[in-house]
Amino acid sequence: MTTIEPTLSLNTHQAARPRGHAQFRRIVRRVQPGLLLSIAVIAIVVLWAIAPGVFATQNPVLGVPVDKLQPPSALHLLGTDALGRDLFARIVHGAVHSLTGAFVAVGVGLVVGTALGVIAGSSRGFVEAAIMRLADVLLSIPALLLMLSIIILLGFGTVNAAIAVGATSIASFARLARSEVVRVRRSDYVEAAFGSGGTFAGVLWRHVLPNSLTSVIAFAALQFGSAILAISTLGFLGYGAPPPTPEWGLLIAEGRNYISTAWWLTTAPGIVVVIVVLAANRISQGLGGHGR
Amino acid sequence: MQRYVFSRIGQALLVLWLAFTVSFVLLQALPGDAVLIKFLSPELGLSPAQIAEIQAAYGSDTPVILQYFAAIANFVTGNFGYSVHAGVPVSQLLAANLPQTLRLATLGLTLALAIAVALAFLSTLTRFAFLRNALQALPALFISVPTFWLGIMLIQVFSFRLRLIPVINPSELQGLILPTITLAIPISAPLAQILMRNIDAALTQSYVEVARAKGASPAFVLWHHVARNAVLPTLTIAGILLGELLAGAVVTETVFGLNGIGGLTEQAVRSQDTAVLQAIVVLSAVVFVIANLVVDLLYPLFDPRLRTRQEVLA
Repeated sequence: MTTIEPTLSLNTHQAARPRGHAQFRRIVRRVQPGLLLSIAVIAIVVLWAIAPGVFATQNPVLGVPVDKLQPPSALHLLGTDALGRDLFARIVHGAVHSLTGAFVAVGVGLVVGTALGVIAGSSRGFVEAAIMRLADVLLSIPALLLMLSIIILLGFGTVNAAIAVGATSIASFARLARSEVVRVRRSDYVEAAFGSGGTFAGVLWRHVLPNSLTSVIAFAALQFGSAILAISTLGFLGYGAPPPTPEWGLLIAEGRNYISTAWWLTTAPGIVVVIVVLAANRISQGLGGHGR
Repeated sequence: MQRYVFSRIGQALLVLWLAFTVSFVLLQALPGDAVLIKFLSPELGLSPAQIAEIQAAYGSDTPVILQYFAAIANFVTGNFGYSVHAGVPVSQLLAANLPQTLRLATLGLTLALAIAVALAFLSTLTRFAFLRNALQALPALFISVPTFWLGIMLIQVFSFRLRLIPVINPSELQGLILPTITLAIPISAPLAQILMRNIDAALTQSYVEVARAKGASPAFVLWHHVARNAVLPTLTIAGILLGELLAGAVVTETVFGLNGIGGLTEQAVRSQDTAVLQAIVVLSAVVFVIANLVVDLLYPLFDPRLRTRQEVLA
């Protein structure tokens, strides 16, 4: 039941535009508070990434050694770390690393995976079989191990970690895009486009691709949440951004050494990750995504 | 039926061979010569002749394509090469670390199943809507929690705040409690979601209505009519779950400082020990392929409807 509802709301949304006011009010009533809250959370985190200085005035990299390991207070909302750096400022300044990392990761998976899927879906025979077998193989290796293999190849670093995370979603994107293309290809308007003399590439670009994209985009939103999770895991293991960077996973890894005395150093960044991932998943569900 | 079995085994072998090839290309062919990178550093002060000798010993002076065929032959016979970092055969490292990980994974999977079944059944049986909503929202929360952070939080709460489990020198059993919970919670989420979806679907079937009309209690209907139909489809994600278990073990063993395949993986990446990582990747692909093969072959035995359909097809 729950899986059907989001697609319904998406459809009414599309149908509503020409109808006008009465329908619009019905949509507003349909919008769940959880979805609004999720959008607000993502909006705030995006603002953190764009203008961190507005939200956190303290320096995220240079600390005040005298103020080290202070518990949360009015001055330091989430306390300070061993070098006297304000944790809230570090989390706010770290948003840009997690977000850009997730964007790069989803971008890699979306572009490469969709391209492969569209090629597989629109060509027949050997090319399709080869691409889809390759996707099967990539799916047979656990995502984390595939990421680690790519990181060993590319080396440590923020961008490399993001590419590794993105590479693990290529196979899923390719499968989804292929099935969408195969579905759209069978429809009458595509046959009509071919019948009225459209070239293969032209029909693909003008008719097949736009109509296959809706579910691919919803899947991309879902991948965004898991990408943030994966990037923080790689950061925690020490394969992502190097130490002075306030990346969220790295913050938790650093806080681990003070687990007995300074609980806030591990607790706060983790809660932020959980909230952001929950919000991203909720939005994906609202887009008609495949709830995991 | 026989043709079906053979074609499935053939497909499984094909995927395995391709997985080996992908991991070989990623980890052995592309990074260049791992042996050279390690021994060329000037601090070691090796002469070119000595380096050539080491290369010959590792077999890395031959063309890549020959190395590839040699590696296939070696993997088939159970020789996974040498760990450049530890200086011992990879198979020896794996054999030493596998038992701990198997034990952790078995415990984790068992607990995950228990959590998933409890969540799904309770959310179906409860009379209170708020409790049902809360139980059904839990899997979404479990998926969003970073595994490593969950482990750290458990240590913080149970070891440092409540002092229930000692940090220093815990007994073997005590030392396994928190890692098992850490491993189980993310694994239980997809299981619980599939179970809940299947139970919902099964509850709308007419045989449930008939059973209710005859006066069966909700718990009786759930156990005797719905459970079997809802649990079976869960088997289909067994392969993915085993892979997730191994990936979860990497993080869990790192957080808790346990020995095992996961800890070995973490070290291999840190020290760029490609031979070890390749062996683990291939091992995980083997586990995935075998799990899927077993499920595909056994599924018709559990579900009579599939059995007849396949006989018709064959």
